[in-house]
Parts: sequence; structure tokens; C-alpha cells
Amino acid sequence: MSSNDAGDQHITDVSGTGVPIPGDDVDTDQILPAKFMKEVTFDNMADYLFYDARRDDDGEFNDHPLNRFEGASIAVVNSNFGCGSSREHAPQAMMRWGIDGVVGESYAEIFRDNCKSLGIPAVTADHETVTELQEWIEANPDGDVEIDVEAKTVTYGDETIDVNVDDAMREALVEGIWDTTALMYSNRSKVDATVDELPYVEGDD
Amino acid sequence: MSEGTLYDKVWERHKVTELPNGQDQLFIGLHLVHEVTSPQAFGMLRERELDVAYPDQTFATTDHIAPTEADKRERPLADDQAEEMLSALERNVSESGITFFGFESGKQGITHVVAPELGLSQPGMTVACGDSHTATHGAFGSIGVGIGTSQIRDVLATGCIAADKQKVRRVNVEGELGSGVYAKDVILKVIQELGVDGGVGHVYEYGGPAIEALDMEGRLAVCNMSIEGGARAGYINPDETTYEYLRGREYAPEGDAFEERKAYWESVASDDDAEYDDVVTIDADGIDPLVTWGINPGQVIEVSDPVPDPDDFEGRTDREAAEQALDHMEIEPGESMLGYDVDVAFLGTCTNGRLSDFEEAAKILEGNTVDEGVRALAVPGSETVRQQCEERGIDEVFINAGFQWRRAGCSMCLAMNDDALEGDEVCASSSNRNFIGRQGSKDGRTVLMSPAMVAAAAVEGEVADARDYLDDGPTGGAGGVEEVAD
Repeated sequence: MSSNDAGDQHITDVSGTGVPIPGDDVDTDQILPAKFMKEVTFDNMADYLFYDARRDDDGEFNDHPLNRFEGASIAVVNSNFGCGSSREHAPQAMMRWGIDGVVGESYAEIFRDNCKSLGIPAVTADHETVTELQEWIEANPDGDVEIDVEAKTVTYGDETIDVNVDDAMREALVEGIWDTTALMYSNRSKVDATVDELPYVEGDD
Repeated sequence: MSEGTLYDKVWERHKVTELPNGQDQLFIGLHLVHEVTSPQAFGMLRERELDVAYPDQTFATTDHIAPTEADKRERPLADDQAEEMLSALERNVSESGITFFGFESGKQGITHVVAPELGLSQPGMTVACGDSHTATHGAFGSIGVGIGTSQIRDVLATGCIAADKQKVRRVNVEGELGSGVYAKDVILKVIQELGVDGGVGHVYEYGGPAIEALDMEGRLAVCNMSIEGGARAGYINPDETTYEYLRGREYAPEGDAFEERKAYWESVASDDDAEYDDVVTIDADGIDPLVTWGINPGQVIEVSDPVPDPDDFEGRTDREAAEQALDHMEIEPGESMLGYDVDVAFLGTCTNGRLSDFEEAAKILEGNTVDEGVRALAVPGSETVRQQCEERGIDEVFINAGFQWRRAGCSMCLAMNDDALEGDEVCASSSNRNFIGRQGSKDGRTVLMSPAMVAAAAVEGEVADARDYLDDGPTGGAGGVEEVAD
């Protein structure tokens, strides 16, 4: 198989200015409304990120954080972020808008998996820590926020805080093994062995 | 850590190896594909010059963008984007040798309705689909997981996903459901008690008398909404109800092969002494029908209860969420949802788009008419369901009552076709999500409920108690009490 553009990349840390996206249970229908999923590529998804939430009734940009913190690289979110639909369109839209990493209280699992597939570190901290970081970004829109995936820390201003990174995600990003297709493709013979033992799969390959 | 559960057993049978990042490589025995989340994955495969590894384990249909008005299903579709998605799917499945249930097949419909009714979903399988409601298939005693597009690429190319094993929570649902109370009410009760993020990190094993009494269609409705409770998968141990449902279905084994396969199915059920990471008990005895009052499926009450006051919630964020919900729904704490004006009634979806759902709703619609202010849509979950309803004359009941009788698709659940809310319309909906904007209008309002409750709301033009229309004792079907074989 040919090499791919993403898989060899080691992601040890990401940084840039931040954008707080407050609220629990922010669902993927808000992040990327379904009406914008009728495209066969992800190319234009950045244009649709939080499309409805970012606009007022006249269709003009409102004061949504994504409008106020343009150019940000680190999103700071609260609990159960990305719940609902499995659409990868949501983290694709965030990535294509410019988000390289996410700090939050917790994530819906499919969303977190999708972030891993895309090489977006999604790290967690407790409510107080996350809220303080959100407030700091509000006060320091040009300030740098760095997620160190390897060291499991987030640094902003004079603060360095410990964060949690799911072990599998940390391994995958830091070791550059998040291209799961290549990884699993190399185990084809083992897959055949597993399949042979399954009573419901016809052994035709 | 769990041990001896169905989840543990099925996981072990499908585990290929441990990957360097600590995840398990898990073989997927049934991969369901639809038009919205797959084209990008097929594109990635092409870029890498890879073929579909297990086309015989892969089945496709079209649901999300499917027009539901008969005359709009002619090709090319009027919506250019929808046509492009459908054409791309047809090209991809044809090039890959994947079985496709298109409009012409007579079997098209929502993936999670089609696969069970054709007997594709069976106990002891791993099922994946680029759709979060894949947990539905857990109703058979399988592990069903929703995946993103990069993971679809993984399954297409390798037959596998990289996955983290979850904790297993046993959810015992005790008690007996009364007439007019259904599987939908059970799962809404579970989400009310455990929360929309209660299941994060877990799979739910549903059990107990209220679950075991459900027929397969009811079990499918319960497992379907696992993700609404934060659990990526939910399942029910297979039993005679499961096996009898499967017998004779198109893709189920026949004769001796059926009995042989049944031995495997029985072997994967959780052991009597299985260990769970935790066990919770929900009392569903005599619950009233449930309806949502807010903007996530956890903001739900029994219909006889008042809308809660934000101050009743302990956490600041729950309070804020409640305030946002009340504002969006334009209701006040203490009010009853009974009498809440409804503009649209929507019956269908992968949660409640099966034969028994339409049968139950038809009981209420028989001899009644839809309120003149209500736009009412009946959208069978599959063309098979539509045919079943039409053979029984159920379509006539809906049409005579004033419903539009449509063709199969996801429809107004997420409004990727022409079926959408307008402005701030209120929809009494048998779907699974009441998120802001979900049904196609950012000001639209969704009230989730059972199919019977949708029918009652359609008739009254406001949220109503379906039980007022049912005085004939215990219900069958729609996840009601299992019908006793004669």
C-alpha cells in the first residue's frame, strides 16, 4: 500500500491561541448541522462549523466564541463534548477551521475516537481547571496555549497544569501510529485466523 | 473489570491482536454502509489503492438523504447533492461487490431497520456502521458500535476497527409496563435516571423483567437509544424471543444450520455468575409515558409530572442547560407538557419505524382525525415495513386520519431530505434526538415520545396521553408485552 500523508506524523505537542466553547453536552448537530453533510468530501466543512450557533436571525455573525477568537488553535470545552451523531464531519470541521487540539472536561466516545483518527489531541481536566482556562482565554485572547501530549500538561501564561490523556491516544499520537488502517492492514494473516474461528463468517478468503 | 458477560465473550471471539498503542484490533462481522458517511472513506481507500477486504460481510442501503415522497425518488434526484451522494454510493458498492438495497430492491430503508428484519443482525456478532445508532443491533446480543469515517475506511480496508474495551454496566429494569407504555418509555426512563453522559466509558447490558418481556422490535428501540445515554453500545442477551424472531428471515441460517448457529448464539450469552463493572436498577413498574421537555434526551419527564425548575438541579451546568432548554422550548417550570401545542407529528426512524410502531399508532388513529393545524408524517423505517403495513391496511388508517403516508428513510429525524421543521414549529416525534436544529430548523422544537403518543398528539394538536385512547387492556407489539404464541 502507498504511504499516507498522516500516518507517519508524531504529534507530541500542539499550541496556539485558544477559543473557549462553553457548555455541557454540546452535540454534533450543533457543531456541524446535518444539512451540511450532503457533500461527498470534507473539503468545505470549515465553513459550516457551528453554522447556526454562530449566526443571528439575519444570518450575520453573532458574538459566538468562534467569531471572536478567529485564528485560534486550541478549543477549550466542557463535559460530554461531541455527543450525539458519529459524524466525523464535526472534528473534520474543527480541524479544517484551524483547531489542532482540544482541552475539555470529557468527550463523547465516538467524538474522541474521531479526534484520534485525525490526529487531534483531546485531553481532559476537571471542571474548575477547564473553567479557569476558559476565563484566562477570554482575558488573554492573544495568549498562547500549549498542549504537551507527551508530558500530559497544558501551559498558558505562567501556569502549567496536569491533564489526562487517554493512554491509547497518547501512544498513537506521540509514536506516530495513529494511522490505524496501515497498522491493522499489516495484521491480515491474524485477521484470517480470527475469522476462521467465527461460525458466522464464510471462509472464502 | 467485567468477566463472563456477553460483551467479554463476543469481544474475545473477535479480537485479532493488541495494537502497539494498547487498543485491540477487533474484527467486524457485519459492516453496514449508507450514503452520507461512506463516500469519503471509499475515497481514502482509492487514494491508498486498497480494496474492500470483506465485501461479503458488508451491506449497503440509502437512508439519510432518501426522499420519502414517491414521485421524488425518480432518478436523477431533484436535489443535486443527494443525487451525487447516492450515485457515489452506487458506484462504490458496485465496484466493491457489496450487496446494496436500493430503491428498486424493495428492501431499501434505514440501515438499523433493514439489517434486523432481513436477519443480517444476529447474536454474537460485531456490527459497525458510520452511524451512532448502530447500538440498535445489540438487541440481538451483539456488539454494535457507531464509527466515524476514518474508522469506516479501517473496516473497509481491513475488516477491523481499533477499539478500547469498555466497562460493562448491567442495567436491570424491574417491573411491568402498563397499557400504552412501551420500550421507548423504558429507554427514556433509563436516560432520565442515568443521564445523557451516564454511559460514557460503558456499554449497557439491559436485563430484568421489563426488558425480557419486550418483543424484538421493543428491544431494538431500547438498544437504539443507548448512545443517547452516552453508552456507545447496549445489548440484551439472546433468548427464545431472539431466536424465534430470526427463524425464517432471509439471511438467517436455515434448518440444521440454524440449530448449529443457535448453539453459538446461546454460548455468548452472559453467564449467570458474570461479573459487571457495576449494576444499576431502574424501577419501571407502572411508569407513565415519557416525553422530553428540553433539548437533550435526558431532559425528559413522565407525562404526568411538571416541567422541572432549573433551581432543582444541583450542578451549575445542569441548571444552565435547563434554563437554555426552557428558553428554547418556550415553557415555564411547573407547567405540564400535556397541552403543549404541536404543529407537526412525525412517526418513523430507526428507533420507532417498525411494524409494531405503526400498529400501535394505528390503534389510536382508527376512527380519529389529525387536528387541522397539524402536519402529520408517517415514514416507515424500511420499504419492507411499508409493505407489511400496506398488506394489513394500516396505511389506510393513517391516510384516513390525515397522515401523509411516505416511503422509507431517515426523513425528519435529521432533515437531510425535504422533510424538515420550519421556523419554530413544534414536532411530536418518535425519533431519538431533540437537539436544537436537529429536525432542520434552528428554532424548531422537538418533543420525543413513543409512536402511540405521537398519534395522540397528532389527533389533539397538543401533547396528550395516549392511554386515553386505549382502553383495551395490555398492549402487544411496539415493545409492549410480548405476544404469547398460540
